Amino acid sequence: MIQATGVYWRYGANPVIDGVDVTAQPGRVLGLIGPNGSGKTTLLRLLYGTLRSPTGQVTVDGDELSRLSPRETARRMAVVVQETGGETALTVAEMVLLGRGPHLSAFQRTSTADHQVAARCLARVGAAHLGARAFAGLSGGERQRVLIARALAQQATHLLLDEPTNHLDIRYQHEILNLVRGLDTCAVVVLHDLNLAARYCDDLVLLGGGGVAAAGPVDQVLDPAILEPVYGIGIRRLDIDGHLHLLFQPTDRESVA
Amino acid sequence: MATVVSAGLDEDVLGIGAQRRRTVFWLLALSAVLVVTVLVAVGTGAIGIDPPTVARIIGHQLFGVPSRVSWTPPQEAIVWQVRLPRVLLGVLVGAGLATCGVALQAMVRNVLADPYLLGINSGASSGAAAAILFGAGAGFGQYALSTSAFLGALAASLLVFLIARGGGRVTSIRLLLSGVAVGYALYAATSFLIFASGSAEGARSVMFWLLGSLGLARWDLLLAVAALVIGGTVGYLTMVGRRLDALAVGDETAHTLGVSPDRFRMRLLVVVSLCVGVLVSASGSIGFVGLVVPHLARRIVGAPHVRVVPVAALLGAILLVWADVVARVLLAPQEIPIGIITALLGAPFLLILIHRLHVADT
Repeated sequence: MIQATGVYWRYGANPVIDGVDVTAQPGRVLGLIGPNGSGKTTLLRLLYGTLRSPTGQVTVDGDELSRLSPRETARRMAVVVQETGGETALTVAEMVLLGRGPHLSAFQRTSTADHQVAARCLARVGAAHLGARAFAGLSGGERQRVLIARALAQQATHLLLDEPTNHLDIRYQHEILNLVRGLDTCAVVVLHDLNLAARYCDDLVLLGGGGVAAAGPVDQVLDPAILEPVYGIGIRRLDIDGHLHLLFQPTDRESVA
Repeated sequence: MATVVSAGLDEDVLGIGAQRRRTVFWLLALSAVLVVTVLVAVGTGAIGIDPPTVARIIGHQLFGVPSRVSWTPPQEAIVWQVRLPRVLLGVLVGAGLATCGVALQAMVRNVLADPYLLGINSGASSGAAAAILFGAGAGFGQYALSTSAFLGALAASLLVFLIARGGGRVTSIRLLLSGVAVGYALYAATSFLIFASGSAEGARSVMFWLLGSLGLARWDLLLAVAALVIGGTVGYLTMVGRRLDALAVGDETAHTLGVSPDRFRMRLLVVVSLCVGVLVSASGSIGFVGLVVPHLARRIVGAPHVRVVPVAALLGAILLVWADVVARVLLAPQEIPIGIITALLGAPFLLILIHRLHVADT
C-alpha cells in the first residue's frame, strides 16, 4: 500500500500539486488521470521519491519513504518512467537484468535464477525474441515493453507506471494493462486514455486545478458531470456488456469556462 | 518431464553465460598481449635487448629466477633502472586514463567525455608550470614537479566540485559546464605563468610536459602512489559496474533501480578526480586514450561496465606503452612528446566514431 498525505510540489511559482492525498490499495490498480499539466507525472514522482514533497508524507506499507534506502525502495517499488535511455549501448537482455540489481550486493553476479526471471519477464511482454538486440535499435513500442519487463524483473510489491501505453499499438495497450491487472500487486498507473482507465483500473484519482478533483472507484469518478468541467469537453457515457465507455464531443464556447 | 525442467534451468536463456566466457577470453588474451608488450617495450631503444633476456632480467630481480646471470651489467641497468619503471608507468597511466574515461562517459552520458573534461589537467598544468618556471614546491625535492602538479589538480577538482554542487544536485550538465569553465580559467592561468616568466627554455619545458611524457618514471614513491590509486580506481569502478550501467541509462532510471544518482555521481567524482590528479602529475596530459579506448572496449565486450572497465584498462595500458615506444624510437635519440603520438592515433578513430554516429542518425 502506498499512502500520500498532504504532498505538495511547485515548478517556479506555480503549485502543480497542492496538498494532495492519495492511497493505492494492495491488489488494486489505481489510475491517475487528468488533463495535460494537471500534475499526474509529478504526483507519481512524489510517490516513488525522485521528488520529495516539502510537506506531508509518503508511506510504503507503513514505512516512511524518506527513511528507506534507495535499494530498499527499489525492492518495494518498480517504476516505468518516460525516460527512454536511447543512447545506451546495452542489449535488451542486459537492460532487463538491470532490474535484478536491487536484489544483488555489489560483489554478486547475476545468477542463472536472475536470468530465468529476466527471460520470463521478457516473454510476458511479448519480447522474448528481442533479447539479443541492442536496446537503442528498438522501436518506441518495443522499448516500452522492454522497460515494463525490467520493472517486472524487479519483482517489487508495488508497480508504478507513467503512461505505459505511450507508443504502444492498440493490441499491446490492452495486453500490457491486462498484464498489470493480472499481477495482483499494488499498481499505480498514469493514463491519458480514459477508456483504458475505465477498463483496467479499480480506482481513479482525477487531478485538476492543483488538487484532486475526484477520487474513488472507477464507476464514480468517470461521471460526465465530474469529467466535463475538468477536461472542457462534452462526454457521453455508455455502459455496454458491463463495460463503461466514454464518447467525446467537442463542445462550443459556452463550456470552456 | 523433470529432465526437461532441469535442462531449462541450466540453459543459458539470455546468452549471458556466453558473453561472460567471451569476456574472460578477452581478458586473458589482452593480459597475454600486455605481458608481451611490456617485454618488447623494455627491450626496445637505443640499445636493443631481446625479450627473453628482458624476461630473465626481470625474473632475476624479482624472484631470483634464473639465478645464473647470462647478461651484461649495463643490460641489467637499462632494463631494471631505466626502462622498466617507464614502461610500468605507461601501463598504469594507460589503464587509469581508459577507466576514468569510461567512468566520465557514464557520469555525463556523453560519448565525447574524457578524463580531462573536468579541467583537472588544467589545474595540474598550472601547478607544473609554477614548479618549472618559478620553482614552486622546491621543498619537495625530487617530487617538486609532481607534487606541485597534484596540488594544482586538487585545487581544480575542488573548484569543479563546489561549482557543480552549487545547485544542491550534481547533474551531468552542471558537471560538464563547471569542468569546462574551470578548465579554461586554469588554462589562462598557465598561459599567464608562461608569459610572465619570460623564459623561452622554461616555456619549452612546460610545453613538453603539457603534451605528456613518461620521462619522470623511476622506482620511487610516485610510481607506488600511481599503482595504488590506479589499481584502486580500476577495482572500484569494476565493482560498481552495475550501478554505472543504471546511471548511464539515466538519472530517473538509476533512481528507480535503487541508485541515488546524485550521491553516486559525487562519489565517482571524488574517485575519478583523485585518479586523474595522480595520472596527470605523473605524466602530463596525454590526450585521446581516455576518449578512444572506452569505445574500443565497448565494441569488443558490449556495454555493461563490469566488462568494459577491466577490458578498457588492459587496452589502455597496451596502447599507451606502444605509443611511448613510438615516441622514443621514431626520431631517436630525440624523444617526441607521447601526446602527439596518441593524438595521431586517436584522431582518425574519432573521425570513424563521428561517421558511425552519422550513420546511426539517418
